[in-house]
Amino acid sequence: MAKTATPSAVQAFTIQLIVSRFNPETDEESRWESFDVEVFSTDRVLDALHKIKWEQDGSLTFRRSCAHGVCGSDAMRINGRNRLACKTLIKDLDITKPIYVEAIKGLPLEKDLIVDMEPFFAAYREVKPFLIANSKPEKGKERLQSIENREIFDDTTKCILCAACTTSCPVFWTDGQYFGPAAIVNAHRFIFDSRDDSAKERLEILNDKEGVWRCRTTFNCSEACPRGIQVTQAISEVKAAVLRGRP
Amino acid sequence: MSTVAAPRTPARPARPARRGINWEKWGWMYMRISGVVLVVLIFGHLFVNLMIGHGVKAIDFAFVAGKLANPFWQVWDTLMLWLALIHGANGMRTITNDYVSSVAWGRVLRGAIAFAAIALIVLGTLVIYTFDPCPNVPADQISLLPSFCRA
Repeated sequence: MAKTATPSAVQAFTIQLIVSRFNPETDEESRWESFDVEVFSTDRVLDALHKIKWEQDGSLTFRRSCAHGVCGSDAMRINGRNRLACKTLIKDLDITKPIYVEAIKGLPLEKDLIVDMEPFFAAYREVKPFLIANSKPEKGKERLQSIENREIFDDTTKCILCAACTTSCPVFWTDGQYFGPAAIVNAHRFIFDSRDDSAKERLEILNDKEGVWRCRTTFNCSEACPRGIQVTQAISEVKAAVLRGRP
Repeated sequence: MSTVAAPRTPARPARPARRGINWEKWGWMYMRISGVVLVVLIFGHLFVNLMIGHGVKAIDFAFVAGKLANPFWQVWDTLMLWLALIHGANGMRTITNDYVSSVAWGRVLRGAIAFAAIALIVLGTLVIYTFDPCPNVPADQISLLPSFCRA
């Protein structure tokens, strides 16, 4: 970093943000609404949404919590791709055209950019995403695991349950019965954990008509994941484990 | 310090228990296995018909009749017919499962796919095993028959 720019040197520019709005009390269908927002090149889509809410239209509704890509609250469809609004820099998008922001697809729309996440979490709960161990660790000790054994499921521990993958999956869009990539990723995290004893049970749950076999390997989920999890690969590993009958 | 008990939050009511064979799993396996076998069968078929000998110009009634009179090609073609039609029909079935939301329409379409596949398999198999390579033809057309018919 040879040059250090002074704050006053940062140029603001105006972008057009077209946001999908839906008010359940008055609207039958969602509609597009355009906003002109002044932003800096360091701003993210979330900052632009904040500016709209704080300065232009307080009724704009969206979820966000940590605003730093960890809590997984603000997954939305930005220019047709599922991303986290807090991890998408506006300067990385094509600002010569309007930026389209809408709610993630495949889950019931509640208001503006907020969807009902319950079906998503129901599928997540169904794969028993918690450690089930038959043995007790030695008194005062932790359950030990080698670096190699931990490495097997390291990728799937990164999931933040933002639903970007599941709501990018065309199979999930059809009827919402499919478990979805996120539930399978979180099953993968425990199926391949050497400290867990319930892999067989989870494999049986996913060996279902609506389980891993509905995956068509379109890779939408891997592309959508803001954490870079190789979701399609994880699903394929679970498929192979179901065929083997063990992790 | 004791270990924390497993969460007691009731999960979503369990999906109804499956009975019988898991068709989705076997369908998935079938697509992969038949796909690999079909690559060999189809490219072998194309190579023998189009590449070796006189190439595509060699294909006429005598060529096809000669092949279908050979048990090796009868088995080859039967395998190709069954594997490819079931592979294609199963693919169409998964597409209807993915795209057709109406239960009634789904049943109708899956029924039509099954009917078409079964009818084609039956007719095709019938042709392979009942085909007469030496039909009774007028004398001026005998040259069109395979060479072994004239013996």
